[in-house]
Formats: sequence, C-alpha cells, structure tokens
Amino acid sequence: MSELDAAHNRSVAADVPRKTPGRRADARARNHPAWWAFLVHRLSGLALAIFLPMHFWALGTALHGAAAFDSFLAVTQQPAFVFAEWGLVTLLAAHLIGGVRILLIEYRPWSGLRKDLIALTAGGALVAGLAFALSLTL
Amino acid sequence: MPTASPTSLQVDVWRGADEGEFQRFHVPRMESQTVLDVVIHIQRHLDATLSYRFACRVGMCGSCAMTVNGRARWTCRTHVTKVLRHGGDVLEIAPLNHLPVIKDLATDMSGFFDKWRDAKSYFAGAHTRHEPAARVDPTSAARQAVDAGIECIGCGVCYASCDVVAWNPDYLGPAALNRAWTLVNDVRDTQQQTRVAAISNDAGCHSCHTLGSCTERCPKSLAPTASIAGLKRLNGKAPQGAQE
Amino acid sequence: MRAALSGWRVQRISAMVLALCVSVHLVTMIIVVHGGLSAGAILGRLHGNAAWALFYAVFVLAAAAHVPVGLRRIAEEWLGWRGAGVFAVSVLIGLMLALAGLRAVYALIGGPL
Repeated sequence: MSELDAAHNRSVAADVPRKTPGRRADARARNHPAWWAFLVHRLSGLALAIFLPMHFWALGTALHGAAAFDSFLAVTQQPAFVFAEWGLVTLLAAHLIGGVRILLIEYRPWSGLRKDLIALTAGGALVAGLAFALSLTL
Repeated sequence: MPTASPTSLQVDVWRGADEGEFQRFHVPRMESQTVLDVVIHIQRHLDATLSYRFACRVGMCGSCAMTVNGRARWTCRTHVTKVLRHGGDVLEIAPLNHLPVIKDLATDMSGFFDKWRDAKSYFAGAHTRHEPAARVDPTSAARQAVDAGIECIGCGVCYASCDVVAWNPDYLGPAALNRAWTLVNDVRDTQQQTRVAAISNDAGCHSCHTLGSCTERCPKSLAPTASIAGLKRLNGKAPQGAQE
Repeated sequence: MRAALSGWRVQRISAMVLALCVSVHLVTMIIVVHGGLSAGAILGRLHGNAAWALFYAVFVLAAAAHVPVGLRRIAEEWLGWRGAGVFAVSVLIGLMLALAGLRAVYALIGGPL
C-alpha cells in the first residue's frame, strides 16, 4: 500500500466532517446564467414532482365512470385551477428544454455551458405557456 | 466607469477565523491598482497584523486567491476598477469559501488537496528512468482531452465557487475531478481501475449538477464542467490505460 | 453502486424517454384544451386505444424512474437527509408513482365508460 493510500484510509477511519467547513457563497457568486438555469430546473422539477401524484389521482377518478370524471373536470374550470395548469405547462416546458441542455452537455462533445439553450429554455417556456393560454381562451 | 475617481478606497477586510467580522480600511486610490496591491498596502502601512498569502503576484501561482465582492478571484489579476463599478462602492475582501479559515484571509487548503488524493488525482506509472520515454501522440483525442485540462495549478477558486461542495461535504470538487479526467486520458497511467472506482459515485462526478460556477470563475479558463461530463460518460468503466 | 444502474444513469436514460413523451404530451394538451375538457371527448379519444395505452404506460414508468432520483438529491443537498433510509424512501416514491400512474392509464383507456 502506498503512503497516499495509507493516509486516505486513516482519514476515512476518522470522523468524516458532517458539514463542509468555512464560508459560503451568497447571491453575488450565484448571479450567472448557468446557475439560474440550475435553479429553474431544480425548482420546476420539485413543483412537477409534487403535482404529479395529484394529476394521477385526478385522472383516476375516471375509474368511477364518465359522469364522475365530468364532475371533477367541472371543478378544474375554476380560475385558480386554470392558472395552476398554465403554470405547470410553463414549468414542464422549462424543465424539458433545460433537461435537454444538460443531456447535451453530458453526452455530446464540449461546447461551453450552452447559454443559447438557457435562452431557449426561457423563451420556449414562455411560448408553451402562451400557446396553452391562447388555446384555452380563444 | 466614473469620470472622476475618488482619492481613497473603502475596503472591508475579513478579520478573525471562521468567527470574525469585517474591518474597514481607507486605502489611497491609484491609477492602476489590483486588489492584491490594496491588501499589501493595508498590511504594510495600516495594520501589520493582517494575515494573507501571495507569491508570484503575476498570475502564475494561484496563491493569492480570495473572495472579492462575493466572487472567488486571483487578487493579483483583479484590477480594482473591475470590481468597483460606482463611486461609493466598497471593496470587500474575504478568504476563499468552503475551507477552514486559519486567520483573516488565509485558509487551510489541506482538505482541498486531501480530495485530490481521494480522487486518485495523481499520476502512477510503471516505467523508470531506464525505460525509453513514452510515446504519446499529441493529436490523439485522449491527449487533447488531457491538454484541455492540464493547466490547473490548484488555486482553489473553482472549489470555493462550487455550491455542491457546500451542500455535500463528501463531494470531491471540480479541481480534483478535472485532474482525474486528465489522468483517465493519460495512456501511461497504471491506476485507471482504482481511479474510476474512486470518482464514479456520489462523492464523485455524479454529484455535479452543472452549476457551471467552476467554469465561469476559473482564472485559467479551464472547464471542469467538461472534464466532469467526460467522467460521467465513462459509466464506471476504466479506459485502456497502461497495465497495472 | 454499480455504475450501470446508478441513479445518474437511470435519471438520464429516463430523461431521454421523457423528452419525447413530454414533447408529445405538451402539444397534445395545448390542442386538446381548446374548447374545454370533457370526459366524453377525453374518453372518446383514449378509450380502448392500444397505441395511447402503450404511450402513456411508457410515459408513466419513465416518470416514476426519473422523479425519485431528483427528489433524493434535493433531500440530500438541501435538507441534509443522507443514507440508506433516504434511498429506500425514494424507491418507494417511485413505486407509488408507477402504481398511481398505471391506475390512471387504466382508468382512461381500459376502465368503465
């Protein structure tokens, strides 16, 4: 065993720090596009993860027949619901495009942080949300 | 940039260790002045008890890395005008993030280098001086991958900038993983299996969330994000490499 | 953990499947909400349709694989919950999502009218 491996084993046997030591970054360090892209991706994913079980449960009311499903659909006409739906469509589009950017960074040859795709994430989410809103209202 | 610069700078400098506070100094403003010039002036003329590190002062060694107005930088290569956009702005100088603070602006970098060791980010070869020199084709894809990341001098700016390092104390960090990638692509190295095992887990490349702060901040314009993406693509399989 | 089945790999492969499914779903939803939703229209389009059944089943399973990994990361990094327990809970969430989702697919495509 090399000296370095022995040193590693010693540090692993000892108490591993429960927390990273030292100071932490604040918003000034995080104020760059790839960081915002990460935050949008994580928060949209969290929102969608919370929404998904409700979505499955709602669709499952169709098990009780078309009439039961219809009465549930009537509830979804309320403005609060419609707004939430629009929000979810926008977040889903953002999560999708942002996710494609991550896949490209990880699987394709390096081409920088792909900030053009960050712009597309914002734009694409806006377009999807708009298309949904227009489809609903027109 | 203001047309009339004030004659003195307001500078907040971290004093203490992990516990401490910022101390305000007033430093004469000069025509062409780096943040390191400011720190040196304070220690030489205003408060001799200030602790800090520097060596080459020309952007080669990485010793002077500190947190300036929230971002990790080499202070010798950061002009004050680049950080202070407006007249009344305060220059805030703190030690690097994610490392224990020894005193004032000096941090303990052992943990940073321990993670290089844990990632097996050091060369291990089978040859001695008696064998002929290895022949490595500089135009090969593997060598070009090495060359893209080899200039790292271990300054710690990327490590201090990475929030995953803050959120996950086991995370090996962008510098260690970048160096690991250059060694994965080194056809002379003999510990490929051990290395890939060391970095293909939650402490290694799979914890990178492509925040990109490392690539944004690296003073040598390296891209640890690219190297870590390369490690992810290995999927736990070591490359050919030399015989162990 | 074997790299072939690592959380990272599962999430990335399911992400590629979801990229296709979500694109189809977004377009479908934008078209379908026009004029309002009704059980009759939805069931009329989906009920008994094997192609939609296959599409939505794959969609559900990919989502059930994809979501838990992300949630586990958030728990580990922002809540500090680490260890085998968190992993077990994430697997449980995945199973529950798969069951709830497949139940919904059945409700719309195979269930009563």
